Amino acid sequence: MIMLWHNISWQAMPVLLPLVGAMLCFLLPQRIKFLGLMIALAIAASVFALLLQVLDEGVLRYSVGGWGAPLGIDLYTDGLSLLMLLMTALVGLGISIYAIAYFKSDKAVHFWPLWMLLWAALNALFLSADLFNLYVTLELLGLSAVALVALAGGANALGAAMRYLFVSLLGSLFYLLGLALLYHSFATVDIALLAQRIEETPAVWAAMGLMSAGLLLKTALFPLHFWLPPAHANAPAPVSALLSALVVKASFYILLRLWLDVFPPTNSMLVQFLGLLGACAVLWGGLQALRQTRLKMLIAYSTVAQLGYLFIAFPLATGMAWKGSLYLLISHALAKSAMFLAAGNLLRFGGHDRITQLDRVAQRLPLTLAAFALAGVSIMGLPPSGGFIGKWLLLDVALRSGQWWWAVILMLGSLLAAAYIFKVIGHAFTQAEVAHEAIEVSKMMEWSAFLLALAAIVLGLVSPWPLALMDIGSPFNTALSATCTSGVAQ
Amino acid sequence: MHFGRRAMNWNALLPLFILASSLLPGLVIFFLPEDRVRTRITLNMAGAIIKVVLVGFVLWGVYIGQHYETRLPFLPGLDLVLRADALSILFITLSTILWLVTTIYAIGYLEDSPHRSRFFGFFSLCVTATVGVALAGNLLTFVLFYELLTLATYPLIVHRGTEEARHAGRTYLTYTIIGGALLLIGTVWLYGLTGTLEFTHRGFLAELVSTQHNALIIIFILLIAGLGVKAALVPFHGWLPQAMIAPAPVSALLHAVAVVKAGAFGIVRVVYDVYGIEFADSLGVTLPLAIMAAVTIIYGSVRALFQDDLKRRLAFSTVSQVSYIALGVALVGPIATIGGLVHLVHQGVMKITLFFCAGNLAETLGIHKVSQMDGVGRRMPWTMAAFTIGAFGMMGAPPIAGFVSKWYLGLGALDAGQDWVIFILAGSSLLNAAYFLPVLHRAWFKEAVADWPTDHHFGRRETAWALLFPPLFTAFLSLTLGLLASMPFSPLVWARFITTLEYAP
Repeated sequence: MIMLWHNISWQAMPVLLPLVGAMLCFLLPQRIKFLGLMIALAIAASVFALLLQVLDEGVLRYSVGGWGAPLGIDLYTDGLSLLMLLMTALVGLGISIYAIAYFKSDKAVHFWPLWMLLWAALNALFLSADLFNLYVTLELLGLSAVALVALAGGANALGAAMRYLFVSLLGSLFYLLGLALLYHSFATVDIALLAQRIEETPAVWAAMGLMSAGLLLKTALFPLHFWLPPAHANAPAPVSALLSALVVKASFYILLRLWLDVFPPTNSMLVQFLGLLGACAVLWGGLQALRQTRLKMLIAYSTVAQLGYLFIAFPLATGMAWKGSLYLLISHALAKSAMFLAAGNLLRFGGHDRITQLDRVAQRLPLTLAAFALAGVSIMGLPPSGGFIGKWLLLDVALRSGQWWWAVILMLGSLLAAAYIFKVIGHAFTQAEVAHEAIEVSKMMEWSAFLLALAAIVLGLVSPWPLALMDIGSPFNTALSATCTSGVAQ
Repeated sequence: MHFGRRAMNWNALLPLFILASSLLPGLVIFFLPEDRVRTRITLNMAGAIIKVVLVGFVLWGVYIGQHYETRLPFLPGLDLVLRADALSILFITLSTILWLVTTIYAIGYLEDSPHRSRFFGFFSLCVTATVGVALAGNLLTFVLFYELLTLATYPLIVHRGTEEARHAGRTYLTYTIIGGALLLIGTVWLYGLTGTLEFTHRGFLAELVSTQHNALIIIFILLIAGLGVKAALVPFHGWLPQAMIAPAPVSALLHAVAVVKAGAFGIVRVVYDVYGIEFADSLGVTLPLAIMAAVTIIYGSVRALFQDDLKRRLAFSTVSQVSYIALGVALVGPIATIGGLVHLVHQGVMKITLFFCAGNLAETLGIHKVSQMDGVGRRMPWTMAAFTIGAFGMMGAPPIAGFVSKWYLGLGALDAGQDWVIFILAGSSLLNAAYFLPVLHRAWFKEAVADWPTDHHFGRRETAWALLFPPLFTAFLSLTLGLLASMPFSPLVWARFITTLEYAP
């Protein structure tokens, strides 16, 4: 038995299970909710098994069908990919439980197969060892996400989905062009091989520009964020949650891999530029969030701001800064999914999400408000929360290296976040004159939002574990980190 | 040997238990339905009493030289540290005893009002955060609980759910969140320079090379600004009078125990255990702090003169009084330190008495303004007697506790060669008299009006028992702390004990 356990490579499971799940959900629509939950649990369990395996054996590399690079498909798991998988599993499980209660059967039939497909794409993306696989999974991810946005129906949702589709395709196209350039120059798409062969040629610079631009568009980094708020705000609550928590992170993950492993160490102008865009995103997203009158739009703009934080690690570029950025990414995934799910509860309960009329929610849906508030603590970066740990690490690096202006941006972002989050909470505590017809909200929906928010808080108390996981395979110990720190030291 | 190990383990857990004694009941209370009054009261009182017992035990332990320290890994190279040292004992004893009293008061005050589970839940969280601030063994832990305190008090301030309360809450957050951000930046920066944040007697910065002194001065400004917001130092005091919108027990707790005290306590920690008083003096940052405190003392008193709203008058009085602590700390000298530290306790006990009384007037007779208080001493003699003791204490009249603080502050100022402080203290006492004596005169010597705004009757007593006992108890305490100031375990003796640790050669 133990032998068997060790012989299984758990790497393929997180991809296979949701694919099988998608087919089953499609074939057996009458049992769809039960099936969905079971498969979600199975995926989470397989990721957990993979975690144990990686803890036991270190970095894993698995050739699907035994072909191996550069011919076959390789799966690669280090600390970075593992954390992304774990994050997806946790958030995915929460969203799945929520979705069981949220969707009536007519919508559920469409939701579950698409969601499973999306989950498979995400997991495959985080496990991919070559750039072409990344492209395929990115495309699959984009298409299933677009279909999910359209699920809400209505002119707004369809318009947003259409815009999302164009952006998604455009982003992938840029990526593919860059990929073709790289393949033409070095005759491989394997990340490890490319890292060895890469040279500083014009073609590589062009590829770098194209692929980065495409991925930045998909990650919705300011000023390429225009498509995100309508797409995320108009989708059904569980879809908003998984878009904001997971999908935008996937393209950021590829970007991170490319910059850390593949692209040659660049002059610091480019990384400074990325940091600058990130800073603009933090400020602009925060200000826009503050201006919104609808809760879901507010949360969507908050995502724009929070994505900006991730890019502040580029100019800082030490191992600690990358870890801080990754910590923020994971905390944001948990907190933001909780927030969108909580917003879904409020929307269902009151029939609207106008912030100034959120009265009487604190009394009637205390658990949902608590979920929103706890998630808010992490988004603001107050202790103890995952957001705080990430922000602390970034602040520490910024101040130590004398780049205090990034610290100022981080703090301003926190202040803006506090302003827009307490704008909501303040109104929820205030009683207005008119009562409205309330629709019962399922306990399952309340608890899944609450537990996700709680996880974002707990993440702030267990930081030694995730930080230790990030060291497996030392994904952040790369040329880019080295050159940039030495550049700063001078 | 075996026994020794076990004792070590208990000592490592006690600070955690002290936190849990208010945290766990608070968390349970959140989930209680409104009508479970008895369960809620039991939980509240049990938590408060257990905390008193635990703190009493730790107080004795610290006195006989035991070490109580909990360490949990938190960030790379930085632990969460809860440690009971002499200074934390001073603050934690104050907050624990006053929490017990305020809980009784709040139970009486909020009888039959809505959202009590929410209220008492956050009330317990608020005390947990305060105790955490007191027990914090390094600056990071301090920041954590300091921010938690901000978050836990916000729902209490907006508790009434009115538009006015929402605005007060927003003002409060604007000040405290910005203050928290400054504190955080200062903390991270300090960590970058030193690689440690552990509170140490006489500070841990003196070894740094002199090229970093400018950075240390800026960090000092950042930290004091962040802490000054909660301590209501002018010009960061704007939130405090507005926060008066909160229910009386919250105001009592905010002013005497939790928020303003956390700020003042933080200033004490930063000056003594981060910078070290001598090093801070050599950086030249103590005199500006003393001047800032002095300005606050006078400004608060002057503003208090012109407030007709009783709670607002008390609020400005707090602005003024809390700065005595900062003043005592910033005057570099052991005697002034004793004065400042002991005032941390004395101001708390006296000010909570005044707020309890103001709450009683509002709750029993609907009196909110000074101008409505004519003759109220005859209707509510016990409440007003307690108020009188508190007010005289604030003016610094012997033998009430406030006198002891002012005496040591005055002596300490002369000892430190800062004679100008005497004028500040005398001026402040005169101003205190100018805004408290008219209130007392109205209450005791003026003819009562025919009917009060709203008159509740409580049989033979002047008001509900749960509302009357707390102010009487704290008034008695203010008197005893002054009369028996030299008894063992009195705040004064304890403050001397701390001072010898900070100044011993």
